[in-house]
Amino acid sequence: MTIKVLGTGCKKCKELEQNVREAIAQLGINADVQKVEEIPQIMRYGVMSTPALVIDEKVVSAGKLLSVEEIKALLA
Amino acid sequence: MFKKLADWFVEDVLHLSVTSKLGGAVHFFIYDTTKILALLLVMVFIISFIRSYVPPEKVKMWLSGKKKGIASVLAALLGVVSPFCSCSTVPLFIGFVEAGIPLGITFTFLISSPIVNEISLVMLFSIFGWKIAVLYVLFGIILAIIAGWVIGKLRMEKYVESYVYEIKLGETPIEEMTIKQRLVYAKNNAVDTVKKIWLFLLIGIGIGAWIHGYVPEDFLVRYAGKDNLFAVPIAVVLGVPLYSNAVGSLPMIEALMLKGIAPGTALSFMMAITALSFPEMVLLRKVIKPKLIGIFVAVVAIGIIAIGYIFNIIL
Repeated sequence: MTIKVLGTGCKKCKELEQNVREAIAQLGINADVQKVEEIPQIMRYGVMSTPALVIDEKVVSAGKLLSVEEIKALLA
Repeated sequence: MFKKLADWFVEDVLHLSVTSKLGGAVHFFIYDTTKILALLLVMVFIISFIRSYVPPEKVKMWLSGKKKGIASVLAALLGVVSPFCSCSTVPLFIGFVEAGIPLGITFTFLISSPIVNEISLVMLFSIFGWKIAVLYVLFGIILAIIAGWVIGKLRMEKYVESYVYEIKLGETPIEEMTIKQRLVYAKNNAVDTVKKIWLFLLIGIGIGAWIHGYVPEDFLVRYAGKDNLFAVPIAVVLGVPLYSNAVGSLPMIEALMLKGIAPGTALSFMMAITALSFPEMVLLRKVIKPKLIGIFVAVVAIGIIAIGYIFNIIL
C-alpha cells in the first residue's frame, strides 16, 4: 500500500504525516508513506486545500488534519 | 451573565470596587476573557460546520464559467464562509487560475477570505456590538470586490509566474462527509482554534485591562481621535506585522477606543491585520511576481484606509 501526504510543509501537514505513521504502526500494516511537497505534483491530484491524504493514488481527504483513529478507519 | 461573573469575582472574591483602578482592570479582564472564549467556541463550531459544505474544490467549480459580475460577488461571499488556511494559498491560487477563473476574481476571493473570518467576527461582535460587526463584514466584502475588479482591470496576467499556467490539474472527486463527520470536524476546529489563540487573547486582554485601568481618559483623543487624519494610515501600517495576533490586538483596541480612538481607525487596523500579512505575501511570491504583489498590497491598503475614513465619518 502506498500512502501519500500532500502538503507544502505547514504545521498541519507534518502532524498529518505523524498521525499516518502512528496509525500504520497501530494497525501493524506494511505501507510506504511518502510526503509530497512539490506544488505541481500536489495539484496533479486536483487537491486545493492541504494537507491531503492519498491512499493508493486515490484522494481520500483534503484540507483536514485527520486524527489517528480517522486514518485507521480509512486504512481498514 | 459574563458581566455578573466579573462583578461577583471583583467585588465578592477580591473585595475590590469595580470603580477602582485595579478593580476596573480585573473586571475588564475577567469579563472579556470569559465572554470572548465562550463566543469563540460557539461561533467557530457553527461556522466550521457550514464550511464543511464549501471546500475550495467546490468554490472553484461554482466560480468557473460564471459571468464576471456574478462571479465577483459570489467569490466575495464564498470567501466569507470558505475554509482556507494561509498554507493553502498557493494550491488555491493555481487551482483557480487553471480553472479559467479570471485573476481579479481570484484576488477577490483571496482578499475576502481572510478579512471576514469567524475569529474577527466574534471579536468585533463581542467588543463593538453587532452593528459594527455587520458593517465590517459588509465593507470587507465591498473591499474584496472592488480591489479584485481593479486588479482585473490592470491586466496583470503576465505577472503570474509562468509555471502556474503549465501545471496540469487532476480531477479528483472529494468524498462527501456525513453529518456526523461534519460535526466532529466542527468540534475539532472549535477546540483547536481556542487552544491556538487563548494565550494571545489573555495577553491582549491583559494589556487592554491595564490600558483600561491606568491610561488617563482622553489621552489618545489628542493623538488618534477623529481629527487626526494620519491616525487611519498609521493604524493600517501598524496592522501588517500583527498578522497572527488579531485576537490579541482587538482587546487592546477596545480599551484604546474607550480612551478616544475613533471607531473607523480601530476597524481599519483590524482589517489591515487580517488582510495584509507578511507570511501571505511570501506564499503569494511563489505564484506571482513582485510587481503584482506590490499592486495587491497597494490596492488593499488604499481600500482599507478609505474604509477607515468612511467609518469615522458615518459612525
